[in-house]
Amino acid sequence: MSIPAELRYTAEHEWVAIAGETATIGITDYAAQALGDVVYVSLPTVGTTVTAGDPCGEVESYKSVSELYCPVDGEVTEVNEELDDDPGLINAEPYGLGWMFRVRLTSGGADTPGLLSPTEYEELSKSTG
Amino acid sequence: MKPRDTPLRAVHERLGATMTEFAGWLMPLRYGSETAEHHAVRNDAALFDLSHMGEIAVTGPGAGAALDYAVCGWPSALAVGRAGYTMLCAPDGGVLDDLIIYRQSADDFLVVANAANTAVVLAELRERCGGTEVTDLSTTVGLISIQGPNAPGRLSPITVLMPPADDLAGMRYYSGAYGTVAGRQAWVARTGYTGEDGFEIFCAVSDCEPVWDALAGTGAVAGAGAGTGAGAGLAAAGLSVRDTLRLEAGMPLYGSELGPDITPYEAGLGRVVRLDKPGDFVGRAALAERAAAGPRRTLVGLVMKSRRVPRHGYPVVLGAVTDVVGSVVVGSVVVGTVTSGGPSPSVGAPIAMAYVAADAATGPLSIDVRGRAEPASVTELPFYDRRKRR
Repeated sequence: MSIPAELRYTAEHEWVAIAGETATIGITDYAAQALGDVVYVSLPTVGTTVTAGDPCGEVESYKSVSELYCPVDGEVTEVNEELDDDPGLINAEPYGLGWMFRVRLTSGGADTPGLLSPTEYEELSKSTG
Repeated sequence: MKPRDTPLRAVHERLGATMTEFAGWLMPLRYGSETAEHHAVRNDAALFDLSHMGEIAVTGPGAGAALDYAVCGWPSALAVGRAGYTMLCAPDGGVLDDLIIYRQSADDFLVVANAANTAVVLAELRERCGGTEVTDLSTTVGLISIQGPNAPGRLSPITVLMPPADDLAGMRYYSGAYGTVAGRQAWVARTGYTGEDGFEIFCAVSDCEPVWDALAGTGAVAGAGAGTGAGAGLAAAGLSVRDTLRLEAGMPLYGSELGPDITPYEAGLGRVVRLDKPGDFVGRAALAERAAAGPRRTLVGLVMKSRRVPRHGYPVVLGAVTDVVGSVVVGSVVVGTVTSGGPSPSVGAPIAMAYVAADAATGPLSIDVRGRAEPASVTELPFYDRRKRR
């Protein structure tokens, strides 16, 4: 199970990459493995204002559906449209081509409450796994 | 309670399976990509560990007649070597389990029950089949299934059937024969739960691993990429795709399409109730009444027009509802419930089976997917029929 050192994480098994004012969000390798093949992902619309901790989409796999939570405050600027044709990218490259959406940060950023360091996330996924 | 291990636990670990608890057993859910496992069964062949299923032997000179009283089918009319799909019903006509019964010899029947119902089936058979010997073989017999169009080609080279059985390729669907697989004694039957050609191999628990290894071949790998090219390993497939495969084939699952409050007629399986057989059987009076009355609800197939996946228990609503405010489905009339739903790699859209009120069965219907009505097309079952494909 891979947990890249340069990312931040959430207890809902999402990752956040913060570069300047932009946050890129996806689900972790652990989550992708636990779900099995993702068959459909519904993402927030570009231009939507999102709030940390609020549901903003859903991830459908063979056996289950999971809610996607927005980990930061901001405005959605881009969604990964490749996932519409090929949701399997989430399983193949959860931290790469399987990214889900981008948010222009309005507050908090890396200091948003609830974001975990790689070490903290590793502890969490060990205890739930 | 700690779940039970199948005899193939070590194999699943070696293949890196994701395991899940099912009916008191620790079972492989998937080995890798579910989509790859699904397509392997549809286009090549794959192996399933089904050792959780219950095996019960009913033997003795009166075994056929005793089973005729115990189940709603007509086991005594099966020729030796043939199999029948049937149900164990309660006196009120509700279904206690669906079964496959093999006639292994004139006085020997093998009853295969769902894992979750094995104890109930065993107790009922012991009570209903007086004068016969009813033996639970579930802990001594394992079950490996090979399913897919290439199953005969994969199984034949390592299988020898006992006379009078023909070779494997000549075996009819819903038949079985004694023989050996990889030199191990087995009952080999042309049955399955995927909608594909395939075989089920019942063998001693201690023989399961060598039989599996011989079938898997060298270089066996899980899921994606397996089973391609000569000599490549055969894919293993888990419970997750067993469910999508049987759903596409329109096959009922106990606990979803079948249960104690559902009659075989509602499940579209009235043909398995043999009211034409002689003598009484448990549930006859109630089932005859239901047959005459016609079902109040009916099992339909639904193909989704959106990509959101219907799941067990979701409400079916009347109309192609688009009138949605916030997360509330407005003005919708609930006419049924989804019994099974999931993605369908063969259809290319999510599919579901649902019980709906008989007068609503022609649609138009939508499914309330977590508060939003998603329109669906009513379709005839099965969703997938291999005979129409090839």
